[in-house]
Amino acid sequence: MTPNPPPPLFPPITEAELHALVDRQLTPERQREIEAALASRPDEALRVESYRAQKRELRALFDPVLDEALPQRVLRAAQPRTPWYLQRLAAGIAIALVSGATGWGLHGGVSNPASSTALAPQGPASITMASATGFAQRAAVAHAVYSPEQRRPVEVDAAHEDQLIAWLSKRMGAPMKPPHLQAVGYALEGGRLLPGGQGPVAQFMYRDESGSRLTLYVSNEIGELGTSSGTKSDTSASMPTGANQNTAFRFAREGKVNVFYWVEGPFGYAISADADRAALARVSGEVYRQLNATVR
Amino acid sequence: MHEDQILLSWVPRLRRYARALAGNRDDADDLVQDTLERAWSKSALWRGSGEVRDMRAWLFSVMHNLHVDGIRRPKLATVLMEDDTPDVAVAPTQGERLAVLDLQGALDLLPVEQKEIVLLIALEDMSYADVAATLGIPVGTVMSRLSRGRERLRSLMEGRDEPVRLKVVK
Repeated sequence: MTPNPPPPLFPPITEAELHALVDRQLTPERQREIEAALASRPDEALRVESYRAQKRELRALFDPVLDEALPQRVLRAAQPRTPWYLQRLAAGIAIALVSGATGWGLHGGVSNPASSTALAPQGPASITMASATGFAQRAAVAHAVYSPEQRRPVEVDAAHEDQLIAWLSKRMGAPMKPPHLQAVGYALEGGRLLPGGQGPVAQFMYRDESGSRLTLYVSNEIGELGTSSGTKSDTSASMPTGANQNTAFRFAREGKVNVFYWVEGPFGYAISADADRAALARVSGEVYRQLNATVR
Repeated sequence: MHEDQILLSWVPRLRRYARALAGNRDDADDLVQDTLERAWSKSALWRGSGEVRDMRAWLFSVMHNLHVDGIRRPKLATVLMEDDTPDVAVAPTQGERLAVLDLQGALDLLPVEQKEIVLLIALEDMSYADVAATLGIPVGTVMSRLSRGRERLRSLMEGRDEPVRLKVVK
């Protein structure tokens, strides 16, 4: 009988529902209900259409970014940082010394050389990584130089461990107590003081039953590096057992020499040896454990 | 996908969002670079059996925090020398160009907390719940900021700048 029936009854449309309509985040029934209701509400209908247009235009404006070639610096930042620094080592005078002393080859060992070269750090974004490079590089060279020494591998031997500790602690300005690694097959031979990038660095020398040597290199020049150097350059399988998950361990290899290094507070630690990676991971885990036990 | 490539796979989308958020290419890529570096430094959270379940929400949340907290490197007047590949010039039609400039200009005038929400929904098709999780705010706040942001954008683009009652927080 009524020529103009009242509009159908349905719950009022909320502001949130108008947006959910635009964004297709409503249930299908509600979507249909609201669309039907908008037929008699031109203001809301206009807003919905305007918001839909906004979305389309935003996509049109910014979607082309998806297809842009990535800038080098962004590409580098997206990649894990792996043993490229040993490649840089190869370029320096240091490598000549290293090769002569230990027979390291310049060939092989460094994974993925093409991307390593492409990803070599440059510019201000890489300052912290560059610091780590210098540290790991010096540790590797120090190992290569002193580990073949037959007569003078250390300055102060393990028989005078107290003197060694007192001396290195004084020069480093922090307690320098060498970890005991008999449990993982290495006996302390002694240690020495070395020049680092800006000051003294401690090197402890260990030896296993077969005479293979391992060095622990400790620097306090790393400073703030620890907060920003969290790249763990290899899979978690290489994580020393018992190590803090938040510590960034890095692993590198050149020829037969493996290097495990990490940063803890102001200190950088690098363990270098000819041992295989699993053995080195065990040693690193033990060193890490003892350092943390003494610090606490 | 190998874990080492996960971040790389997100880069195009991070760049798209950053470009819209920062408004220019250099600032946007600074933001992306910082986000990636932060993501690597927290890689224990997302690698292997890490606790991050929603990588997108986590990455965009990292970017959000860097953007709003101003943790970014102190801004010096720098010119990037490395990206010397010229941008391919695409000549838009006149109509497109005007619309584009309008939208970009209007977007620049949105308060950041509204702009982020409008963009995450438009560019990433995020659900409101995901936006809330990414930005660390309640869904109700997402809805009210979305509403204000879209309406503001509409009025700016229609050239009728409404009086803004929101207090501008410096």
